[in-house]
Amino acid sequence: MIRLEKRPQPSRAWTVATPLLAVALTMVAGGLMFALLGKDPVVAIRTIFWDPLFHEQFASYSRPQLLVKAGPLILIAIGLSLGFRAGIWNIGAEGQYIMGALAGAGVALALYPLDAWFLFPLMVVAGALGGWAWAMIPAILKTRFRTNEILVSLLLVYVAEQVLASMALGLMKNPEGGGFPGSRNLQHYPAAANTELIAGTGMHWGVAAAFIAVIAVYVLLTRHILGFQIRLAGQSPRAARFAGVNPNALVVICLGLSGALAGLAGLFEVAGPGGRINIGFNQGYGFTAIIVAFLGRLHPVGILLAGLLMALTYIGGELAQFMLGIPSAAIQAFQGMLLFFLLGVDVLSNYHIRLGRRRAA
Amino acid sequence: MNRRTLLASAAFALGLAGAAAAQDPVKVGFVYVGPIGDGGWTYEHDKGRLAVEAHFGDAVETVYQESVPEGADAERVMTQMALSGADLIFATSFGFMDPVINVAQKFPDVKFEHATGYKRADNVSTYSARFYEGRAVQGLIAGHMTESNIIGYIASYPIPEVVRGINSAFIHARQVNPDVQFKVIWAYTWFDPAKEADAATALIEQGADVILQHTDSTAPQAAAERAGNVYTFGQASDMIEYAPKPRISSIIDNWAPYYIERVQAVIDGTWESEDTWDGIAPGMVGIGEITDAVPAEVKAEAEALIAAMASGEYHPFTGPLNRQDGTPWLAEGEVADDGTLLGMNFYVEGLTGAVPQ
Repeated sequence: MIRLEKRPQPSRAWTVATPLLAVALTMVAGGLMFALLGKDPVVAIRTIFWDPLFHEQFASYSRPQLLVKAGPLILIAIGLSLGFRAGIWNIGAEGQYIMGALAGAGVALALYPLDAWFLFPLMVVAGALGGWAWAMIPAILKTRFRTNEILVSLLLVYVAEQVLASMALGLMKNPEGGGFPGSRNLQHYPAAANTELIAGTGMHWGVAAAFIAVIAVYVLLTRHILGFQIRLAGQSPRAARFAGVNPNALVVICLGLSGALAGLAGLFEVAGPGGRINIGFNQGYGFTAIIVAFLGRLHPVGILLAGLLMALTYIGGELAQFMLGIPSAAIQAFQGMLLFFLLGVDVLSNYHIRLGRRRAA
Repeated sequence: MNRRTLLASAAFALGLAGAAAAQDPVKVGFVYVGPIGDGGWTYEHDKGRLAVEAHFGDAVETVYQESVPEGADAERVMTQMALSGADLIFATSFGFMDPVINVAQKFPDVKFEHATGYKRADNVSTYSARFYEGRAVQGLIAGHMTESNIIGYIASYPIPEVVRGINSAFIHARQVNPDVQFKVIWAYTWFDPAKEADAATALIEQGADVILQHTDSTAPQAAAERAGNVYTFGQASDMIEYAPKPRISSIIDNWAPYYIERVQAVIDGTWESEDTWDGIAPGMVGIGEITDAVPAEVKAEAEALIAAMASGEYHPFTGPLNRQDGTPWLAEGEVADDGTLLGMNFYVEGLTGAVPQ
């Protein structure tokens, strides 16, 4: 008989080992699924995890793409992790991502064809402000009227999508686009384009910002009083109040920071890989980042690795689809397994597994 | 020359993957916006791919990627396909336009074919079908079949192709039924069964008893079947499983002949950048069986319209036609030119509501 015994402290060794175990279990279960679909499981797993990094034909392209795909995920997830640690649930990063992109691209399109060095920095500021402002709506409603930030931030995603559609069809529509929806392509507007910092590396300003955010949040959480307050508020709200933490201020700071980072991610995406404001510009980064935040244990370094792993499964999954003919639904199921096993094996870091009967006391 | 090191170091910049594979079977890639099981748009493109495989056998290898989002992801997918040695890539959604052009620049030796777009390059062709001819047939049947005189229309994105379809259906519905009204819902998606079902239900609740759709799933057909006494048309694919009711006819996109022709051109080395826009006459647009739910005289009228368009004696956009605001567009007997049709972003007179701006 197996029984679980709660550990007084989560096991440090297991906290590190469980993600690796989860990846291994995903490979086994995913391999089984691929085998049932009639594909060679070893080849499939290799195509997903190995080929994007080391395949002689693809790797020189897909390695940089890993950064391009992981950049926005990490940037958003880092912001979300602050709030999640403090028990403040911003589910609407997708909307803040959209509004950041709109604000940043709006600056560029309004000033088109201005060719000035300050244009891109201005867009960055506007992008952060756009995301921040959108996150302030649930923050103010929560601090003033005690509304639930989960619902408000989530529903504002759908509002943001409507604003995006309206902008793509109206105000920001490319006047030279023959009546088709969508803005000018910012990639073709040098002063506004978020190009690769070093050609062929995939390293654009958004990826750089993601790395900076990882370091900044790491320092914040370990060295700064605000980081202490965030951790305390999450672990024990009552103790936090006694320690003089102002819960309203914390709500405003956490939602504001995560909104600003999501807005930045949107701006870097629209000025870089995305290129243009268009309906459906948001590809669900804001929601996937929630998964990345939890995969990374809300820890900055963990989020960095989780973002890269997530990007790897996307890019490797694409390779597996057209190289091996694996259906996209199977790839999505595979990604789902990864999250499932990760959360599942968490039990090991929080509990001892004991075999045998509990002795009567 | 050592192919391995060459590819590893320079394939991305030089796009030599296609050239180096000249001895191998011609590799043809397909990029789909929806899943191949959508039963509509993507399903028909995939039938075209399978027809290419059946026609050429071992001389051709096909690969595909389904459910590719329109944007940066599409660019990566197509780059990876080109790197894997594809000689010809069909990108089958309007939103893949800029990514196609970007990737085509990096791989000058790979040929690209973009469906429903308007940007071409030396190695990028565009192709589309004159779906508005099929919409004319739908409009005629719908105008006869409706009893509430309200026809629902699930539109996808406000791009000229979709606006053209609404106009064509409306013109021909009004010709047989001057009291008919259109209610249009913009779904802002090509494929989202839940959204499409919601839109169909909302239209039915507003009194629509015929539903036309420009989205790719069969969800509106299912919603109409549940509601009873509502008629629908298969979109992009026959959707015959909903016949004889609610599905009373359909527009079928038949891409196979075009795909086979273009692959043959690559094999022969005669491929050139072209703009193809074919309709009912060469068979790119097919009209699915008109079921017995439609009265025989209506069916005969519809078949006469199909024959007239196939022979070229009738064009669905023939004057006199006014724009929505009443200003004249086409004079008596005048036929719309392709340029205006390709950029169509206005409603014709009689339609209510506005094209989203």
